[in-house]
Amino acid sequence: MVSLLDKKKTAAQIVANARSEEKMSAYELIEGIFSNFMEFHGDRSAEDDAAIVGGVAEFNNQPVTVLATNKGKSAEERLRTHFGCPEPSGYRKSLRLIKQAEKFSRPVVALINTAGAYPGKSAEENGQGEAIARNLLEISSVKTPVISIIYGEAGSGGALALACGDRVWMFENSMYTVLSPEGFAAILWKDSSRADEAAEVMQLTPTKLLEQHVIDGIIPESRSHKRVFKAVKKILQKELTDLEKLTPSELVEKRHQRFRQF
Amino acid sequence: MQLFDELKTLGHKHIKADKKAGERVPSGMWIACPKCHQSFYHKDLGVYQVCPNCGYGFRITARERLKWLVDSFSEIDDSLETSDPLHFPNYQKKLAKARVQTGLNDSVLTGIAKINGQSAALGIMDPDFIMGSMGTITGEKITRLFERATRQSLPVVLFTASGGARMQEGIFSLMQMAKISQAVKRHADAGLLYITVLTDPTTGGVTASFAMQGDIILAEPRALVGFAGKRVIEQTTHQKVPNDLQDVERVLEHGFIDAIVARKDMKEKLAWLLELHSKGRGANG
Repeated sequence: MVSLLDKKKTAAQIVANARSEEKMSAYELIEGIFSNFMEFHGDRSAEDDAAIVGGVAEFNNQPVTVLATNKGKSAEERLRTHFGCPEPSGYRKSLRLIKQAEKFSRPVVALINTAGAYPGKSAEENGQGEAIARNLLEISSVKTPVISIIYGEAGSGGALALACGDRVWMFENSMYTVLSPEGFAAILWKDSSRADEAAEVMQLTPTKLLEQHVIDGIIPESRSHKRVFKAVKKILQKELTDLEKLTPSELVEKRHQRFRQF
Repeated sequence: MQLFDELKTLGHKHIKADKKAGERVPSGMWIACPKCHQSFYHKDLGVYQVCPNCGYGFRITARERLKWLVDSFSEIDDSLETSDPLHFPNYQKKLAKARVQTGLNDSVLTGIAKINGQSAALGIMDPDFIMGSMGTITGEKITRLFERATRQSLPVVLFTASGGARMQEGIFSLMQMAKISQAVKRHADAGLLYITVLTDPTTGGVTASFAMQGDIILAEPRALVGFAGKRVIEQTTHQKVPNDLQDVERVLEHGFIDAIVARKDMKEKLAWLLELHSKGRGANG
């Protein structure tokens, strides 16, 4: 495998790195950035999806709501989270917690590493499309800052449902796509083995996405987790300070402009 | 004793195939319903293009639908063209072909319509335009439709039909989901009515955004509505998926659709709903 720290990377290498086993887990990242994280479970309707972790924490002594897609570390956890692919109840939980954050005027930080929403029979029956659609609709006018950080994969509507707020940052070794490169190649060229070629065409790397204004910045990675946490904290603090200067209506208007440009 | 006397029953050896029959019968005269697999004479489809056996509405272009849906229609944004943001090989050729095939600039037809006398901003997606996929112009046209409807205090009626995001426009296609959702929210916040009609097939990013954001969600009989494709589900879960999993009849049972309306009743039902919502105490339209 190519080193995470190799500076000149092809799109295919970025894809491999984004999916790397060396990636931090959602809980490691939360522990590293925030203090006193308390997890809140459940969608208040049917169940609790392990693929989306949510709760409250403190960030530089300020209350925040934290959301994170979770791929899991152990085999058991990975099965339970479908390798980080949320069920509809995961999106309903995240929306519940975002609305709660709005009520108590605390910002939301969403950490994203998911190949996409889970494609399963029960997910279809429980309204996967509706759950994502509701997130997109409601988050568009939520009156509190929503900052997203993509730290691995971010695939399709399942990622966008947590990345439709005010700022989106990406780790250096992460990707953001409309579909996996394998799926993209299968649909367009009927050949999923051309995934590497697809990765190049898709403009899925942080650098490309930054050029297109899809994201707002890139977070450098390092072998030392401590250094990564420090970088994330610095960026988060700056963004929060900037966003909190805005009135709620200015915030929503700027969020609107952010997506209206596409 | 034999049930049939072999000599007195017509067997394959008794029938000489008329090899020229195929030349005399024009193709497309007999049609099989993709849902119930019954065959019937093509004229039995009627103006609404509906299977006479099971009621399934055949896929029709946006302009064909317009013929029986509206009293009048003035089209908007019919000349926008995609910037082809990924410079995707052969995409322009594909677009040119789709434009000829459908008479549209992209996968949705938008405009201001009268439906049995009721005014509405109307959008109709076209399943023949690169599978009804959602590109940047699809998203722009729908967003502008909602913006116009919000300015003019009009309700929106949107017929969805889509294979999902348009791969050739990559991440920009994905961004349309957020862009349209914002426009839908502003329209909703103005107290205006939004009706979606899910037609065959409504899937992927369209299901996961504006198709499921209507105040009222209607569907055509036997249409397929879902998020993930059947093959993707089977490959991911290694389980067989029932054939009717994404039939609107099942989706309705799970609580995600308000009503299933046959094509022949669609115009009348829509007009009635539009009128009903213009009468409420807080009505804006």
